[in-house]
Amino acid sequence: MGTRTLPDKKGHFGTFGGRYASETLMPALIELEAAYLKARKDRTFKDEFHRFLTQYAGRETPLYYARRLTEKLGGAKIYLKREDLNHTGSHKINNTLGQALLARRMEKRRVIAETGAGQHGVATATVAALFGMECRVFMGEEDIRRQAPNVFRMKILGAEVVPVHSGTATLKDAMNEAMRQWVTRVRDTFYVIGSTAGPHPYPMMVRDFQSVIGTETKRQILKQEGRLPDFLIACVGGGSNAMGLFYPFRNDSAVAMIGVEAAGKGIATGLHAASISAGRVGVLHGNKTYLLQDNQGQVHDAYSIAAGLDYPGVGPEHGHFHETGRARYVNVTDEEAVRAFMDLSRLEGIIPAMESAHAVAYAAKLAPTLGKDKIIVINLSGRGDKDAAVIAENMEEN
Amino acid sequence: MGRIKKKFNSLKKKNRKALVVYLTAGDPNPAKTEEMILALDKAGVDILEIGVPFSDPTADGPIIQAAAQRALKQGATLEGILDMIARVRKTSDIPIVLFGYYNPVFTYGNKRFSVRAKEAGVDGVLVVDLPPEESGELRQFTDREGIDFISLIAPTTGDKRIKGIVKRASGFLYYISLTGVTGTAKPEVSHIRRDMERIREISSLPVAVGFGISTPEQAREIAPLADGIVVGSAFVKLIEENSGKSDLVETVSSFARDLKTALSQ
Repeated sequence: MGTRTLPDKKGHFGTFGGRYASETLMPALIELEAAYLKARKDRTFKDEFHRFLTQYAGRETPLYYARRLTEKLGGAKIYLKREDLNHTGSHKINNTLGQALLARRMEKRRVIAETGAGQHGVATATVAALFGMECRVFMGEEDIRRQAPNVFRMKILGAEVVPVHSGTATLKDAMNEAMRQWVTRVRDTFYVIGSTAGPHPYPMMVRDFQSVIGTETKRQILKQEGRLPDFLIACVGGGSNAMGLFYPFRNDSAVAMIGVEAAGKGIATGLHAASISAGRVGVLHGNKTYLLQDNQGQVHDAYSIAAGLDYPGVGPEHGHFHETGRARYVNVTDEEAVRAFMDLSRLEGIIPAMESAHAVAYAAKLAPTLGKDKIIVINLSGRGDKDAAVIAENMEEN
Repeated sequence: MGRIKKKFNSLKKKNRKALVVYLTAGDPNPAKTEEMILALDKAGVDILEIGVPFSDPTADGPIIQAAAQRALKQGATLEGILDMIARVRKTSDIPIVLFGYYNPVFTYGNKRFSVRAKEAGVDGVLVVDLPPEESGELRQFTDREGIDFISLIAPTTGDKRIKGIVKRASGFLYYISLTGVTGTAKPEVSHIRRDMERIREISSLPVAVGFGISTPEQAREIAPLADGIVVGSAFVKLIEENSGKSDLVETVSSFARDLKTALSQ
């Protein structure tokens, strides 16, 4: 696929992406794109972003050699990119800092966001507090129940959490509602999208802000191992942590990239969130990508034990990576993810986010099939404190 | 000449404004929708917008969202809606615009949809999430079939962008009278007036104004500024409130006549 830069001028990644938005939003999207392209080239903006990433978010995050996990699995060497150690507990802060700085440049005093697991909501509420902005976060009722600690964190940070009742009351519906709110207050509001989803320029912009993950990883692994890794593994819901890790390696053809989707209760049950593995191409939330949908083009509700993966679409650039074969997309079930969650907690003393546990679970399948000279990097995209209640529920059930 | 153009021409001669009514197809059920279309034609409605329900209607407020959910539960499909329009066409000549979101059309197949829609007697399509930048993939087929591609203009659309939109627009322009979703607020008449002046300077296409028009009083006030008004959520709400009643069709027709009367004054 070479070094050609995507997306194209209209936001397409091959046949994916684009800007399928209502007319009311089009001028705002065009304005946002222009502001972002200008900021991206601006030394002051870049310095500012870098300063907040280091001094505020706590970057760089470590690339940690997981010795006990590696030994237990008995194959490839496993490294964890510790995004869980970021301020607010996940990679989401990388993106919200970038977008909030852009919002400030564009003189928008009000931000809105959608959230599933609450990680992006917390990260948005955090930067809104930091920059003195008004903040509303849309969250499905079901997710509010599953992720109560994050709801409290957002409220403590001064954000208003708006419950969304429509649909299955999860991330997709929260995003619908955030888009409706944006249409209504488009002149004074900046919509902070949390994943590599949405209409152009969001997938590109979120990818760029998250690319710090892969850029650091590359530098760190070269220093620690003197070579590039053989595999990158990351969980994929919308796909921002995965794209952040993958993107800087896209032209390193020796590095295999594996995105892990949520198979929920099993692909065959229909209760899953595996858009690439089990979906078809369609248009939702402003872009063309793989969607979980019926044969009439009605979008299905996704399901996963990990609220942050519970989305029926996937970032369009992942669609492109899948189509071109640059990345491979696999899936693991709730059960496998829970097992990996427990294993990592007890072997390494690291409680991963249930989302990230999906990546760990796939690595646990792959590593034993590889020689000890191979290197796997897992993106440990977030920490799992928020999932304690879900795990407790799960332990009681079994 | 297409039915939409013919309609606006004939209204213009009489110095009248078009009453455009939106219904969500399949709410409360497909048979009732068909009955209401024919009744609304008789009640004097000039153009019908038939909403194709979608699971994720991000440009719609709660009233039309709920209608779409009900319609999907009743088994409404794009195929079924096209079949219904084909039946309606046997007895009615009312111009019909299909109104909806892109994914159901894309999934049906753009070419297959365009051919089938033409056969069924659809006059125009309005796809909310298909702006000019992305519309080529559908328009290559609807244009070929002679189906009007109705374009939206919003209060946020700048003059330069309006110029680009009208260059390729056909049928009529749909001016969104408020920055928001359907049926949630009342539009400001002064804003409509200002924007209509901007649009008139650029285009001679007929302009229909919609989003937030729900009463005969508003219709009377806003109609003189445009060539037609669109009433959607108010009808959908009326249908919801009366869906179990035997006089549903008459109630809906009666509201249409009230609006029509308001437009004639």
